[in-house]
Amino acid sequence: MAGLELRGVRKTYGSASLETLKGIDLKVEEGQFLILVGPSGCGKSTLMNAIAGLESITAGSILIDGQDVTDVEPKDRDIAMVFQSYALYPTMTVRENISFGLRIRKTPVERIDEEVARVAALLQIEPLLERKPAQLSGGQQQRVAMGRALARRPRLYLFDEPLSNLDAKLRVEMRTEIKLMHQRLKTTTVYVTHDQVEAMTLGDCVAVMKDGEVQQFGTPETIYKNPRNLFVASFIGSPPMNFVPVSVAGNAQRVSVRLNSDEGTAVIDAPGLDPALIGRTVLLGIRPEQIALNAHGERSGQEHDGAGVPTRVLVVEPTGPDTLLYAEWNGIKVCCRVAPDQAPAAGTASIWTIDARRAVYFDPESGERLA
Amino acid sequence: MADTRRMLNRVAIHGILLAACAVYLVPLLVMLLTSFKSPEDVRAGNLMTLPVEWTVIGWLKAWDTVSGYFWNSFMITVPAVLISTLIGALNGYVLSKWAFRGSNLLFSLLLFGCFIPFQVILLPMSFTLGKLGLANTTTGLVIVHVIYGLAFTTLFFRNYYVGIPDALIKAARLDGAGFFTIFFRILLPMSTPIVMVSLIWQFTQVWNDFLFGIVFASGEAQPITVALNNLVNTSTGAKEYNVDMAAAMIAGLPTLLVYVVAGKYFIRGLTSGVVKG
Ligand SMILES: Nc1ncnc2c1ncn2[C@@H]1O[C@H](COP(=O)(O)OP(=O)(O)OP(=O)(O)O)[C@@H](O)[C@H]1O
Ligand SMILES: [Mg+2]
Repeated sequence: MAGLELRGVRKTYGSASLETLKGIDLKVEEGQFLILVGPSGCGKSTLMNAIAGLESITAGSILIDGQDVTDVEPKDRDIAMVFQSYALYPTMTVRENISFGLRIRKTPVERIDEEVARVAALLQIEPLLERKPAQLSGGQQQRVAMGRALARRPRLYLFDEPLSNLDAKLRVEMRTEIKLMHQRLKTTTVYVTHDQVEAMTLGDCVAVMKDGEVQQFGTPETIYKNPRNLFVASFIGSPPMNFVPVSVAGNAQRVSVRLNSDEGTAVIDAPGLDPALIGRTVLLGIRPEQIALNAHGERSGQEHDGAGVPTRVLVVEPTGPDTLLYAEWNGIKVCCRVAPDQAPAAGTASIWTIDARRAVYFDPESGERLA
Repeated sequence: MADTRRMLNRVAIHGILLAACAVYLVPLLVMLLTSFKSPEDVRAGNLMTLPVEWTVIGWLKAWDTVSGYFWNSFMITVPAVLISTLIGALNGYVLSKWAFRGSNLLFSLLLFGCFIPFQVILLPMSFTLGKLGLANTTTGLVIVHVIYGLAFTTLFFRNYYVGIPDALIKAARLDGAGFFTIFFRILLPMSTPIVMVSLIWQFTQVWNDFLFGIVFASGEAQPITVALNNLVNTSTGAKEYNVDMAAAMIAGLPTLLVYVVAGKYFIRGLTSGVVKG
C-alpha cells in the first residue's frame, strides 16, 4: 500500500495569477523516505503544506495510507511537520513547544516526559529545555522544531529543510540520526532539502521539481545516473555534470561526436544516438568523476569503451578528499574529479578519458534526453 | 564658538519644553491647590495662591456627591472595556488568520466605524435600545460602548496579528489545536502589548465619555462625567470651587492611574506592531 499518493495535485494561490503546482503525481510506498529537491520557489513548501492540509488544493487528490484525505482537516491527517521557518511558539519554553502536540492529544504525562527526554537527547538540546525560543540560536531553534515533530508518532512526517541552519558537523550527525530513526520507525517521510548529500543518502526515492512540476521521480541512483532531462542532470550532483556542445557525425552504422581541445581532437562513439541527428549539435553530458586521467602519452583508454581527449589542465582545485581539475573542451570549461595523489600541476597536458557508456546526450533546445 | 551655539540651542530647546510643560501642568496645579482650600479661602483667594489652611473638606463633599456615579462609571467601563477588547481580539484573529471570502471588505467596512462621529448614531442607537428594552440602563450603555469600541479594538488586533507568521497557526493546527485553543494558548499569550493598548484606549474612551452617558443614561444610572457636569452647573448657592475641583480630580484619577500602570506597554505596543509587521 502507498504511504502517500498524490494524484494530479494542482494549486493556485488566491492572489496569484500563475499556477504554483501544475499537476503533481507521486506515489511513495509505506515506510519509504521521499526526498524533494528543486530550485527556490519551485513549490516544495507549497506541496508540503498541501499534503498537510494547511493549503487547500485547486484540483487533484491526496491519499495517506490508502485513505483519501483531500478534504480531511490537518489535525485529523495524523501528520507531523517541520516548518522551513521553524514556527516555534514564542511564549512557550522548549519543553512546552515539544510537548504541545502531545498535551493537546491528551497523552499521559509519563509518556510525554519520556518522549521529550528521548528527542532532547537525540537532538542534543537537553540543556535548552527550559529556555524560550528567543533565547536560542538559529540552529538550536531548528533542532527544537525538529523535536516538536519527532516527539509525535504520526503516519507521515513532513520535513521542510530541517537541517539547513546547522553547522557542517552537526548536520552530518543529525543526518545519520534521522536515517537511523527512519530505519527503526519506518514512518513514511517527505523531506525537502537543498543539500546534495542529503538528497543522495537519505532517500529511498527522489523527486526533482521545477516550476511546480515533477521533472523526474525515481531512486537516487536512477536520478543520478539516468537523468531524464538537462534540468535534472544539471541540478543533481556537485560539482555539476559537464555539458559540452558537440556535433554529431558518422554514418548509420557508427554514430560519433567530436571533442576538441587546444591539444588535439577525439572522436567518441555515441551508439545510443539516433543517426537522424547526424549533422546537428547536441549536448554531451559527463560527470566530473566519469573522466579519468591517463599518464601522459598513454593511449590505452582509446581502445576500450572510453575515448581519450588530449587536454591541458588550466586550474587545479584541491577540495580535500578529491581534487577538481578544469580544462576546456569545445570552448566550454569542463571539470574532472581525481584523487589528490593523481592530480597533475596546472599546465600539464595529458589524456583525459571519458567513460562513453556513462555519457548522456541532450537536445540543446528542449533539454530532453536523446541518449 | 560651536560650543556656545550648542549651548544656546540647548537653552532654547529646554526653554520650549519647560513652557510646554507649564501649559499642561499649571491648570492641574491650580485644580489641586483649589481642591485643598477651605470654602472661605476659595471665596477670598486668588487662584494661584497656596491654601491658607490645607483641608480635605472639598474632597469629602465631592466624594459624597459623586461616589455613586463613580461606581456607575466603573460598572459601565470595566465590562465595556473587557468585552470590546476580547471581541476585538477574536475579530482580529479571524480577519488575519482565518481570512474568508470578503473578509478584507468586511474589515474595510469595520474601519469605517472608526470615523463615524458620535452624533450620527445617537438617534438610531436610542431607537434600537428602546426596542430592546434597554433604554436608560447600564447594560444598554455598555452595549453602546462595546459596539462603538469594536471598530478600534478590531483594528488594533488585526494589524498586530497580521505581523505574526501564519506558520505558527499552521504548526498549531498540525499539533491538533482547534480554533479556540490556538487563540487562547498561542496567540493571546503573545498579545500583551496590544492588549494593553486596547485596554488603555478603551478605558480612556469609555470613562471619559460624556455624550453617550448623557443621552443613554439618566438619573441614578449616569456616569461620573455627566454627574460632574451637573455638579458644576448647579446654579443654587455660591460656587464651591474646591468641591468642583476635587470632583474633577476624582473623575480624572482612574484614567491617570491606568496610564501610570500600563503606559509603558502602551508605547511598546504601538511601536512593536510596526516593527514586527
Ligand atoms: N501564500 C502565498 N501566496 C501567493 N504566492 C505564494 C504563497 N506562498 C508561496 N507562493 C509562491 O509560490 C511559489 C512556490 O513557493 P514555495 O514556498 O512553495 O517555494 P519553495 O520551493 O519552498 O522554495 P524555497 O526552496 O525557497 O523554500 C513561489 O513563487 C512563491 O512566490
Ligand atoms: Mg520552501
